[in-house]
Amino acid sequence: MRGPTIIKAEDDKTRQLNKHTLMAFSGEAGDTVQFAEYIQANIQLYTMRNDTELSPSAVSSFVRGELARSLRSRSPYTVNLLLGGMDPITEKPHLYWVDYLASLAPVPYAAHGYAQFYCLSILDKHHNPNISLDEGIKLLGMCTDELKRRLPIDYKGVLVKVVTKEGVKVVDFDNDRIVRSA
Amino acid sequence: MSGYDRALSVFSPDGHVFQVEYAMEAVKRGKTISPDPQQRHPTDSSALRTGTCAVGVKGTDIVVLGCEKRSALKLQDTRITPSKIAMVDIHACLAFAGLNADARILIDKARLEAQSHRLTVEDPASIEYITKYIASVQQRYTQSGGVRPFGISTLVVGFDKNDSTPRLYQTEPSGIYSAWKANAIGRSSKTVREFLERNHQENMDREQTIQLTIKSLLEVVQTGAKNIEVAIMAPGKTVEMLPDEQIESYVKTIETEKQEEAAKKKTGRTGTTTAAILTRPGGGETAESTRESAD
Repeated sequence: MRGPTIIKAEDDKTRQLNKHTLMAFSGEAGDTVQFAEYIQANIQLYTMRNDTELSPSAVSSFVRGELARSLRSRSPYTVNLLLGGMDPITEKPHLYWVDYLASLAPVPYAAHGYAQFYCLSILDKHHNPNISLDEGIKLLGMCTDELKRRLPIDYKGVLVKVVTKEGVKVVDFDNDRIVRSA
Repeated sequence: MSGYDRALSVFSPDGHVFQVEYAMEAVKRGKTISPDPQQRHPTDSSALRTGTCAVGVKGTDIVVLGCEKRSALKLQDTRITPSKIAMVDIHACLAFAGLNADARILIDKARLEAQSHRLTVEDPASIEYITKYIASVQQRYTQSGGVRPFGISTLVVGFDKNDSTPRLYQTEPSGIYSAWKANAIGRSSKTVREFLERNHQENMDREQTIQLTIKSLLEVVQTGAKNIEVAIMAPGKTVEMLPDEQIESYVKTIETEKQEEAAKKKTGRTGTTTAAILTRPGGGETAESTRESAD
């Protein structure tokens, strides 16, 4: 279905920066992809020049720096980001919350925009540091259920990607489940 | 000096641009050793500065780069000394012969262009495009003021997107680029190219291609396995650097093969004693002596 309000329902709003790092973005329509692909190209150029993969924390610092530079330019990017990655050396997972004002925070779980108001309380209650992948998917399901229940928009579901030490893969996720409001 | 090698972009009356020709000489770089050891300063390292050779060979669905490593000094850390094979992008690999420092600059320009190409058109650059870009940079440095040409030749290999045809291109300091089935650049490249001309076959598989690469390099590399590096590219895959142990085993089989062949010859023609392995002097070509006398 396509029209003036919905152009594409299943648009992939992520870019893989290197083998172990994935960046999800939201914000001004043109800015997001432009900024994400600019970051992607520069991360890959760095990898090629130095024959080393950047760790997620290094990537996050670079991204923040670029956003901070952009913020002080004549036309800043209005892009909010979530950066997920596995450090290939320590094999520890990392998640960074980055917004268009170039704030950077390492967090155990994150959301941007209106979703924050509905999801963070659920994540607060149910997340624990040793959560497994299955439990994590279940928790994500609880979040999307809540969005379906309470967000006053026609919610189109989510695309789920998982970053492990083997790389990034898409995971099946049931977006068609009907949720009754209480 | 004839006066036509001062300003770069100036032709000599007989149509030469000398600086470009000197750059091509720098690629071979066989000339830095003083022939008389007495004349050489004892701390002069030019004895080691003899330049290296690089080989590229295409098979049916593979392309292999072979490189002679510069012989290292005793205290040099060879593990972290930069290699002469470099990645331009994940699907394109480059080997060079000539001035190392010049190559770094050229490779960096190529990497930037490869990534810039991806960013603008969302597709990896074709191997031909990368080659053309490198060659055009090299050409620019033969026609602008205040610069000197790149003293390097390159072999660019890889596979285009969604394509399993192996690609092998060469670039030269003048900016010429050309496509090859197999080729060699650098010191004694003529010897190696002639060897490749004699031994190249159509439709070689992975093993045959690697073997031909190493075999051709062994024509001019005396020190054997420890001074060779090999990079292999296959469709849709990143580069594979052949581990030292594997190179060594290839060298061993090649050498025993050669010995067996020599032994056969020996029994065939009784009385003649031929050397088991033909070693060639690493001096490079002699074509330049005629030109020097003409200057």
